[in-house]
Amino acid sequence: MKKLILTTAAAALVAGLALAGSHGETVRMGTEGAYPPYNFINDAGEVDGFERELGDELCKRAELTCEWVTNEWDSIIPNLVSGNYDTIIAGMSITAERDEVIDFTQNYTQPDPSAYMAMSMDADLKGGVIAAQTNTIQAGFISANGMTLVEYATPEETVAAVKSGEADAVLADKSYLAPIAEGDADLMLLEQQELIGGGVGMGIRESDGELKEKFNMAIQSMKDDGSLNALIAKWEVGEQF
Amino acid sequence: MFEYCVDPSVLEGFRWLSCYLTTGKHFLFYWSFLTVLTLLAVTAPTALAFGFGGAMLARGPAPVSWLGKVYIMAVRGVPDIAFFLFFVIALDQGIEYLRHMVVCPDWTDPIRQGNDFIVCSDAKTPNNSADQIYHDVYGFFLAVFTYAIVFGAFAANVLFGAMQAVPRGQIETAEAYGMTPRQTFWRITVPQMWVYALPGLSNLWMVLIKATPLLFLLGIEDIVYWARELGGTKQAKFTDYPHGDWRLWYFLFLLVFYLAFTKVSEAVLDRVMARLTRGQGTLGGTA
Amino acid sequence: MSCTQTILDYGLRAIGIGERLLPRTDFTLCQQFTLIGSGLIWNVYFAVMALVVGFFLANAVAMGKASDRWWLRKLCEWFVLIFRGSPLFIQFFLAYFIFLRLKQAGILPFLTVAQWGALVVLILNTAAYSAEIFFGALKSVPKGEVEAAEAYGMTGWAKFRRIIWPTQMRLAWPAYTNEAIFLFHATTLVFFSGFPTWRQQGDALYYAQYFADKTFNPFVPYPILAFYFVVISVAVIGLFGLINRRLNRHLPQAQRPKLRYRPQIIR
Repeated sequence: MKKLILTTAAAALVAGLALAGSHGETVRMGTEGAYPPYNFINDAGEVDGFERELGDELCKRAELTCEWVTNEWDSIIPNLVSGNYDTIIAGMSITAERDEVIDFTQNYTQPDPSAYMAMSMDADLKGGVIAAQTNTIQAGFISANGMTLVEYATPEETVAAVKSGEADAVLADKSYLAPIAEGDADLMLLEQQELIGGGVGMGIRESDGELKEKFNMAIQSMKDDGSLNALIAKWEVGEQF
Repeated sequence: MFEYCVDPSVLEGFRWLSCYLTTGKHFLFYWSFLTVLTLLAVTAPTALAFGFGGAMLARGPAPVSWLGKVYIMAVRGVPDIAFFLFFVIALDQGIEYLRHMVVCPDWTDPIRQGNDFIVCSDAKTPNNSADQIYHDVYGFFLAVFTYAIVFGAFAANVLFGAMQAVPRGQIETAEAYGMTPRQTFWRITVPQMWVYALPGLSNLWMVLIKATPLLFLLGIEDIVYWARELGGTKQAKFTDYPHGDWRLWYFLFLLVFYLAFTKVSEAVLDRVMARLTRGQGTLGGTA
Repeated sequence: MSCTQTILDYGLRAIGIGERLLPRTDFTLCQQFTLIGSGLIWNVYFAVMALVVGFFLANAVAMGKASDRWWLRKLCEWFVLIFRGSPLFIQFFLAYFIFLRLKQAGILPFLTVAQWGALVVLILNTAAYSAEIFFGALKSVPKGEVEAAEAYGMTGWAKFRRIIWPTQMRLAWPAYTNEAIFLFHATTLVFFSGFPTWRQQGDALYYAQYFADKTFNPFVPYPILAFYFVVISVAVIGLFGLINRRLNRHLPQAQRPKLRYRPQIIR
């Protein structure tokens, strides 16, 4: 009995040390760096965008030291659970499938509808060819609805496909397509939109409840004082809270 | 970079280009050339060492030789993309697991919790709070190791063949001089085999050069990654240098780089080969 | 759902036969094996077609490289340099770009589809690599054999077809086997970079990526993919070994293994 108590005490001590250790530790923020306005690499070669500003502010409020890391989108979740960074802050919609593998903080954007972008307002969506990035929720949506899907490896190529006439329209997050349609006279957003994903949240390992709570509180405080809305307005990432 | 670059939107022509090509992002692109060249320089000898080890194993007695042959066959049989897509994470977890066993023997929590892989913070490689440079160096090391394993298998195949190709007469002569198998191997087989191995190895080098675009799968931001990133359409909202889809130009530039690199390598290797085949009685020997 | 049912539904999914929708929840091992195997149809299609056509083209280019006419020699040398000297990754990108332009000009519009366009790139690519192997082998043909042929009064085409070419193939074969394996591996790049995937009909890597993305676990689909390719490689080595045996059947038994390990150019 005595021995049991001792080991428990030792375990508690180790746990306490571990907590103290993790407190002062740098939190590594994993992002993609190729998805403006959420995150992208700016002219200076640094991570920039809505999530960069948001993440820095959240870290300040949660009193954490943060470091930014970029990672390929395809392996962004496997690398999180493997411990190569501690959060995913990469415009990732909260979905039930992802939630089974990792945890999400509360959402920091409203659900962003997916929009169609085409060369003319009367593009035929039902019978035409729709481009999407390989293995995105949009790609799944198009094929589930019986439209003809053509998938490209990068979002850049999906837009290029519409311009070259390979596809009649491209389906992607509205906040990604909007600045492109704005900057290019040939391209326009169609009125029809699809609500596919949920809001965007930070992905955190399921075993990292403490970190999740910290960020949840920081996000809540930004929602409460309106600073989150200001950021959403500045970067135009959908509706405000 | 230059003083007149403060507001690029009013610049035109050459001045605009000079500013555009000297942004911090472009310097990362130029830097990545150095990364790729360094990686090649480190990987080539490492892969050769792996290959030598593999070939030695494959030549060994029965159970050992299976090990070598399985290594050669399994790794050669798998496309390198498929290997790169899961191997690095596994390798990283393996290293952290071993360190965890040594550094934190008192740790009671399970290492696998559901989907999560958790080691104590001291075993994290490199430590979370370490400077980014350590993370980069570690990533570089993992990439070198992964490339070395893959190309080591090919090198092992080439070296194994080369060792077999050393004329039987030379081995027999060595034996007649009373050399032990060990001596024969190191004094005759190894020095002699390079002649036979060189064509295969030089081609392996060419393949290695051309495998570098896959580096981005291993988390290294290589030249193709940056060419794609820099060449993609940029809206005025997110950059001072908006432009359309310029990937074609960046990729053409890479094409020229790779062709030049191949050409130089070829010239050097041809000279070495010409020396080695001089005076041999083949159609090439007289050409 | 039983595994047989899954195979019936998805076994030919990669060429558009069977279930239209890919599995979306409760992924089973059987589904992963079936769909990744189904994607393999494309890898085999690309590799076999490119090997067959590329073999003839490669022989022509190798002869061109050895030609006395300087312009033909230069042309072949440049062809080999461009396709051997640059990553396939970049070749696919540039080729797709050119094919798109051609399509807009109304020329050969079908080339923007992977099964034709990517095939053309793979044919040219493997032809360049094989041409280098065949050219290297041509240079290694023993002079004695050629002189013996001349002593028999053979000249020109007869000398080439009956003496030089068989020996050349014999010498090149081990390296050409490697090239065939590499070509199979290279087919995984078709949809990975460059060419788009239509109606979710992709190759083995496409489906492996699909599952890795949906299950967030790379440790199952990619090893399955690796397993399939090891099987293919073993099959290729076996098949090419049989041809090699036939090529060398006139040689004394003891000499065969020696020829097998002739140091040759691998890709």
